[in-house]
Amino acid sequence: MSILEWMPFSVLLPLLAAPVCALLPGRFLPWLLAMASVTASAVIMAFVLPEAVNEPMRYFFGDWPPPIGIEYRVDAVNAFIGLLIAVMGTVILPWGRISVNREVPQRQGLFYALFLLSFAGLMGITLTGDAFNVFVFLEISSLSTYVLVAQGRSRAAPLSAFRYLVMGTLGATFYLIGIGLIYIMTGTLNMVDLAERLPAVADSRAVQAAFAFIIVGIGLKLALFPLHRWLPGAYANAPSAVTVFLASTATKVAIYVLLRLVFTVFGIEFVRQMPFAEVFFVLGVIGILFASIWAIEQDNAKRLLAYSSVAQVGYMALAISFVSVAGISAGLVHMFNHALMKAALFMSVCTVIYQVGSPHISAFRGLGRQMPLTMLAFVLAGLSLIGVPLTVGFISKWLLIETAMADGNWFAVVVVLVGSLLAVMYIGKVAEAAWLRPAPEGREPVREAHPGLLVPMWILVAANFYFGIDTRLTVDVARRGAEMLMGGSP
Amino acid sequence: MDWLGHFNYWVVIFLMMTGFYAVIARGNMVKIIIGLNIFQTSVFILFISAGKIIGASSPVLEKGVDLYSNPLPHVLILTAIVVGVATTAVGLALAVRVRENYGSIQDDQLTEEEDGEPHT
Repeated sequence: MSILEWMPFSVLLPLLAAPVCALLPGRFLPWLLAMASVTASAVIMAFVLPEAVNEPMRYFFGDWPPPIGIEYRVDAVNAFIGLLIAVMGTVILPWGRISVNREVPQRQGLFYALFLLSFAGLMGITLTGDAFNVFVFLEISSLSTYVLVAQGRSRAAPLSAFRYLVMGTLGATFYLIGIGLIYIMTGTLNMVDLAERLPAVADSRAVQAAFAFIIVGIGLKLALFPLHRWLPGAYANAPSAVTVFLASTATKVAIYVLLRLVFTVFGIEFVRQMPFAEVFFVLGVIGILFASIWAIEQDNAKRLLAYSSVAQVGYMALAISFVSVAGISAGLVHMFNHALMKAALFMSVCTVIYQVGSPHISAFRGLGRQMPLTMLAFVLAGLSLIGVPLTVGFISKWLLIETAMADGNWFAVVVVLVGSLLAVMYIGKVAEAAWLRPAPEGREPVREAHPGLLVPMWILVAANFYFGIDTRLTVDVARRGAEMLMGGSP
Repeated sequence: MDWLGHFNYWVVIFLMMTGFYAVIARGNMVKIIIGLNIFQTSVFILFISAGKIIGASSPVLEKGVDLYSNPLPHVLILTAIVVGVATTAVGLALAVRVRENYGSIQDDQLTEEEDGEPHT
């Protein structure tokens, strides 16, 4: 079989493994199956990326070519995001096994089945070339994510999951309305065909309304300010493994769908006519500033990082709002880099929760000496989030500032720098408690975490530095991807 | 302009706004889910009515008929209905769990803030 025929299996394997996983008894077997299928996905995507960078790969399901059948169309952007998701899944699952044993002691077969469904849904959204198929996979991943969030141990977990469900369903339905309107106008759902037929009807109200519906729908999914209300609760109350996985993949995939639909399907000419850049610029700026300030106010470390995620989505929105190849590649690079740093940060905070039992920052006091490896990982990943040179965060901010200066937009430069200062404050709040405050009296000495928790965390921290120094993969692929997105031919 | 000729779209808009209002203005979780259902139903009607061609027969191959309605929207909406049912089921199950934990399903009166304290 050629690599083209293997490509759809990166979605199909986890999808097929999920029901089997639900039936497997015990704790080890479901985990092993989940791990095997996610790793297989990652391996397939690693082979797909070099091929897809040069020439888009097209796979027709059931050998039915596009007007009738559904195709998977993979170019530099999809392959890049798909590889990111699959690799994050592969790194997070070994880490998650230990925390899942504690937090979801019973019926782990079902838990891993849901995890696989969520993973398969995200991969499917990324690879497909059909606008309605995106909706189906979006709902596959969202429905399983709601249930996963509800598995958290806190009292509020089902409430957070419910609020996420309401917002998520509204978002998906808005997206569906948008797709319905452009289907009525063009008679096709294939993204390439849509891109060809939309310019002819671009002046109609229906297409403009479709654009607005799609933007709002995806905006809800990616937690773009002010549509972010579901995110902090869902991240704070979900089981640790789910939080880490969601924080590093779910919003990234939503950003990808946004880029694909806005720049490939609707096209750059249409976007310039709509107030897209202005809206994203304003929302991005407000998101960066407000969410960072809210993050500083939080006492719960998981919630603090969740608000920081909203701020980081603001950076991506700001990068996209420049509507240029440089801006979009800055957004793509930040998406990749943010997955690395936020996963490492959430892993270290969740490891502390695993050892100490509380996410409150007061519980972090004195942990620098008692859990030095975990807290050092937090500080290093935090430096990356702030944007210190030699880390991936610096690359993101550098590209973003470079784009803003080329555009003559000094206000954006100032916002990025102020956002970094605010990040110093909220990361510093946790780091100060851990390293400079004495441990609370009467607390049993806390021991360093299990190596099974430390190794994946440090792999991600190392990746934060590796990709901060060697930017060939990220920056070059992102630039190529941005050109493909903008160039009309996806 | 022919206002009545588009009455199916007026129905869609009316249902859409009704459902949307119920979702954002109501605090009771069951009412929110009912609102979501109405909202989704409006989208189903939008798709299905777009597939109808006036004067055309149902899309089943038959002798002597050469104008068929478009079957694709029906297929799409079949998928969307399944998604809607699943969403309702998950939402109601979550509402039951919320009631077990809080003793109330009045969403606007509950707070997530004491999260983090492990609850067993």
